[in-house]
Parts: sequence; structure tokens; C-alpha cells
Amino acid sequence: MSIASTNRMTPYLFLAPAGLVLAFALFYPICYMIYASFLDWNPSQRIGEAEFVGLRNYFKLFSDDAFRESMGVTLKFAAVVVTIEMFLGVGLALLLDRNIRGMSVLRTLFILPMMIAPIVVGLMWRYMYHPTVGIFNKTLKSWGFDGIPWLSDGSWAFASVVIADVWQWTPFIFILSLAALQSLPASAIEASRIDGASGWQQILYIKLPLMLPVLIVTLLLRLIDSFKVLEVILVMTNGGPGLSTEILSLRINRTASEFRELGEAAAMSNLLLIVLLILTFTMFIYNKAQDARAARLRAVEEEV
Amino acid sequence: MPDIRLQNLRKDYGAVNVIENLNLDMADGEFTVLVGPSGCGKSTTLRMIAGLESVTGGQIMIGDRDVSKLEPKERDLAMVFQDYALYPHMNVAKNMSFALRLARMNKADIETRVKEVAATLDLTAYLDRKPAELSGGQRQRVAMGRALVRDAGTFLFDEPLSNLDAKLRGQMRAELALMSQRIKKNMIYVTHDQVEAMTLGDKIVVMKFGEIMQAGTPEELYRNPANKFVAGFIGSPTMNFLSAELIEEGGTLSAKGDGFAIPLPDARKSSLQAHKDRQIHLGIRPSSFAEGPGGLKMPVILSEYIGAQSVLISELGGERVAIEVNTVVPIRAGEEREFTVQGDEVHLFDPKTEIAL
Ligand SMILES: Nc1ncnc2c1ncn2[C@@H]1O[C@H](COP(=O)(O)OP(=O)(O)O)[C@@H](O)[C@H]1O
Ligand SMILES: [Mg+2]
Repeated sequence: MSIASTNRMTPYLFLAPAGLVLAFALFYPICYMIYASFLDWNPSQRIGEAEFVGLRNYFKLFSDDAFRESMGVTLKFAAVVVTIEMFLGVGLALLLDRNIRGMSVLRTLFILPMMIAPIVVGLMWRYMYHPTVGIFNKTLKSWGFDGIPWLSDGSWAFASVVIADVWQWTPFIFILSLAALQSLPASAIEASRIDGASGWQQILYIKLPLMLPVLIVTLLLRLIDSFKVLEVILVMTNGGPGLSTEILSLRINRTASEFRELGEAAAMSNLLLIVLLILTFTMFIYNKAQDARAARLRAVEEEV
Repeated sequence: MPDIRLQNLRKDYGAVNVIENLNLDMADGEFTVLVGPSGCGKSTTLRMIAGLESVTGGQIMIGDRDVSKLEPKERDLAMVFQDYALYPHMNVAKNMSFALRLARMNKADIETRVKEVAATLDLTAYLDRKPAELSGGQRQRVAMGRALVRDAGTFLFDEPLSNLDAKLRGQMRAELALMSQRIKKNMIYVTHDQVEAMTLGDKIVVMKFGEIMQAGTPEELYRNPANKFVAGFIGSPTMNFLSAELIEEGGTLSAKGDGFAIPLPDARKSSLQAHKDRQIHLGIRPSSFAEGPGGLKMPVILSEYIGAQSVLISELGGERVAIEVNTVVPIRAGEEREFTVQGDEVHLFDPKTEIAL
């Protein structure tokens, strides 16, 4: 082997151990799961004893109303939650992007919810939503209103988990937007003031368009995450009442542990994985497109 | 196009006072250049006029309107920034038309205006490009164009040419001078480059540490600098400064230093009487030396031959001095030459206050 080709191989040699670990830690379980999704497999059986049923699990899923509803809840949850969080997070960032005394303390406070473990967040909100001793209903009652069935009515329960998620994850969008805002070219914004832009027009025509690349990545990250949400809802409602808050990861959990259908659970996981892959891939392509654009611009610049 | 007046203008950044008490009148349609070393408060002054920086004290009057508390857009001005401050996400046409679109001018008019200005700036071919796809010089012209499409009463420039290479800077300077002749508007131009100031300004305002050292026409500043700072700042190559004593010999005053004595014209006698027999600072422009017999014998330490002119570095009274002479043949270093200095071309300064005598 020549020296040049040895040199070219060196990085891969160093990467090999990590690659092996990755292969075992990532591909093995995924392959296992894909294989399992073709089986009629009960947790009391070893995987070798399970009957191979081909695509039957998948067909069953598509005609399963509960699964379809769960998929619907997940999509609805992700869409609602991410929309609200984007508006709130970006709005807050635009509002707090100024140098007033005490602003750094305020910013830190805003980030706190994100640092709390999801299980704790779930518990906390469950107590606050408690029909009699929870702070919301106690307050409502002390003002002379009726209590709200926060977690015991389907629509309210959905709203309740949305509120909890918004509370926890708006800060994520807030800090990323704030960072993006603060790295915008100050003079371009000043130029727009001279050109006659009002505060709103500065936001609409200068700030938001310039923040867009960051906002898109943030949106995709949040979207991916909201599809995988589990703990908070598990603790708060465990999917109920009925199927009103049964998002996909809860459904998978129940299918495996309650209905004891490991094959079906695997098939669901695979479908969720595909959705997430599509989202991740979108982000990847978007980043690639940005890089390509940047490279093209650099090339143009060097040429002139 | 009203005149602009700064009255008792003051600017503090927290506890730091940057500008203490600035008073300046700018006549209608005048091209005013604020010039001074880096950090002297030129940009701060300009940005206060623009409304980008709050005013700590005093007034900014445009015409008879006190604009010091108004938003930038209420002041009827356009500005060119040092880093151009183009909108990165808009193409050249959109950049130039942004203000017009905000003002809800009709589309057809906007297009004609943009095309017109783009044509005068050689930008027609680039109207669809984003700023990142342009060279530095083109970006600079877009920044100019963006200010020009607006029919603002006042144009502000903050070192608009400082990011260009020397050749391009020279070209743009000439174009700016032409432009300022064509459109007679109030222009306030900030630069640290005295050549730019001299070539562009109807009026030059020399600043130092947030204070105005002198304001006047380029000629006034060059011929009659009010103090040593202005004398040293204006003119290239820089004025030579020498220590000397003012003495009277046989009825004429002369500046006598180590190895030289320059007789001063009688016309200056009365004003200089009070300083007789005192130390002074003598300022001689490099161009005030003339080669000729009977002058001071001076060694040529270094010779910079530029073509029609040479700048010689020599020594006088223990100080390095620069001498600018017309040359046909290069003068070589190591020679000794004789130079005379005209007494009416020297400048005298009080060594303590540095004020011109
Ligand atoms: N935002 C600011 N905060 C504190 N000091 C500032 C600020 N901007 C400028 N200064 C100070 O004010 C002085 C004048 O600055 P500037 O007007 O930018 O100078 P220049 O004449 O080079 O344009 C400098 O000493 C600078 O450090
Ligand atoms: Mg400056």
C-alpha cells in the first residue's frame, strides 16, 4: 500500500471503533425492530418462537381505528404545539431583544422550564390541574367560577397537555430566536430605520427574513421532538380520557405492555421512525441547500 | 433643503462623556465634512443627526424644526454606512427601492427611479443580484444608490469609502464630488482621511476628542490653521514642527532655532510683539521649502521620488523634516542641498496652548 493511500485511510481507521459501537448501538436495535414488526410476537415468547406473519402487522395498523386516531392526535399535537411555541418564542425574543437593566435575569428565568425533567414537569402540571386541590381550579373557585375538568374531559385534556408542552418548550425557541436576533447585522436594521421602517416593518421585512434559516432549523428540531413526546403526557393523562391524548409513543407503549403485541408495537415504531426520518431528512436537505448556496456565493465573490 | 444647526450638543455613554458641547452651523446645500482621528466622535455626531443615537443634551435643528427627539424617518434624511448595511436578503433593486416601497410610492414610479439611479451608478446589470453576489465596489455603489433614489433633504455618509482599495477609493471620490455638484443637497460626510475631506468638502470641520478644533473652507484650513492640531492634520505630507525662539535682530523678527533663523515679514510684527523672546513652535509645510542658493544647508537623508515631485527627508534643528520639491531628475540620498523658507509661509504656535499666533 502506498503512503498516500495509507494517509487517506488513516481517518477511517480512527473512526472505525466509533463506527462499530454505532453499528451495534443503532443498527442492531433498528434491524431487530424491523424484523420484529414482521412477527406475531407475545412478550412471553422468545423471539425465535414467534410466528412470521409478513406485513400483516402493518395492514392491521392501517385498519385499526385506535391507531389512526392516535396518529391523528400525534399530528394534531405536534402541529398545535409547534405553531403556538413558534409564535410565542419568536414573539418573546423580539420583545426582549433590548438592553434594559435586569433583562439578563429575565432571560434566564424564561429558560428554566426547559431544564426541568419531563417527568417532574408532568407531575407538576398534574397537581396544578387537580380538579379540587389544583391551583387552577382553586383559583377559579375562589373567584366564584366553576372548576374546569382539566384532565377528565377529552378536549380540555388535549388543551392541558398542549399548555404544559408550550410552557416547557417555548423557551427553547425563545433562546434560539434571541441568539439569531442578536447576531443580525445591526447596521442593516439601522438602515431600515433611516429608510422609514416602523418597528413592525423592521420585524416583518428585515428581522424575520434574516432569522429565517435559524427559524426553519428550530422548527424542524421542535417538530421532531414533539413527535416523540412521552413522559409528560404519560404522567398527566396516560393518553386519556378515552384516546383524546394518546399520542403515538403512548400507543406504542400500551400495545407492547398492555395488549402484549410486540410485533404491532414494532410496526408502529417503524412508522413513527419513518415520519421522523422524513423530517430529519428535510432538515438535512435544507442545511445542504444553505451550504451549497453559501459556497456558490463565495465562488462568485472570488471571481469578481 | 433647510440648513442644519447643532446647538450645545452633548453625548454621554453611561458615565463616559464623548461629546461635551458641540456647536455647528451647516448652510443649506452645503457639503460638510467631519474629519478627525479615529475615536474623536465623528460617527457619534453623525448618528445623533441621523437619530440612530439618542441626544444627551442640546438640540439638532433642521430648518426651524428641533429634530433631536424625532425618529430617524421623521428627519427626512438618507444615509450611507461604512459597512454599506445592505439588506442581505434583498436583491439590488429591492435594496434600492425599500424606502420607496415603505412610502407606498406607486410601482411604476419606483421602477423608473431605481432604473435611473442604477444607470448613473453602473448598476443596471446587477439589479437582480443579492449583495453577497457583488464585489466590494459594487456594494458600495448600491449603498449610494439606495440613498440617492430617495429624494431626502439631507444625505449622511459615514466613511463610505474606507473599505475600498486605494484606486477604487480615488474613483468613487471623484464620482461623489461630481454627484454633489449635480444634486445640491445638504451633505454631511464623515471621514478620517484629510485628502477626502479637502477634495469633497465645501466646509471642513476638524474634530478631536469630541471638540471642534476648527471649521472652515479647505483653503482656510490649509492656509490659516487655527492651531497646531489642525495644521498637522490638514495637508499631505504633514507639516513639519520645530522648536524655535522669537527674536528681534536689526528691526526684524525672526524664528531662531538650532542651526537656522527664519526672518518673518514685517506685517506680522505687531501681532507677534507679545511673544518676543519666548519659545514658540514653528510649522513649515514641506512645500514651503524652495531649493536655491543662499539657503539653509540641509542633508538629504532619504529621497522619495514620485515623478514630478520628490519628498525628501532631511534634518533641521535636530528634527526630521520633510521637504517637497519639484524634480526632473531624482535627488539622491546623501547629497547636501540648500533650501530657503519663505517667512510668510511659516506658521507659529504657542507651545502651551498650541493656538496659532
Ligand atoms: N455604544 C458606545 N458605548 C460606549 N462608548 C462608545 C459607544 N460608541 C462609541 N463610543 C466611544 O465614543 C467615542 C467616539 O466614537 P466614534 O464617534 O465612533 O468615533 P469616530 O470619530 O472614530 O467615528 C470613542 O471613544 C468610542 O469608544
Ligand atoms: Mg466612525
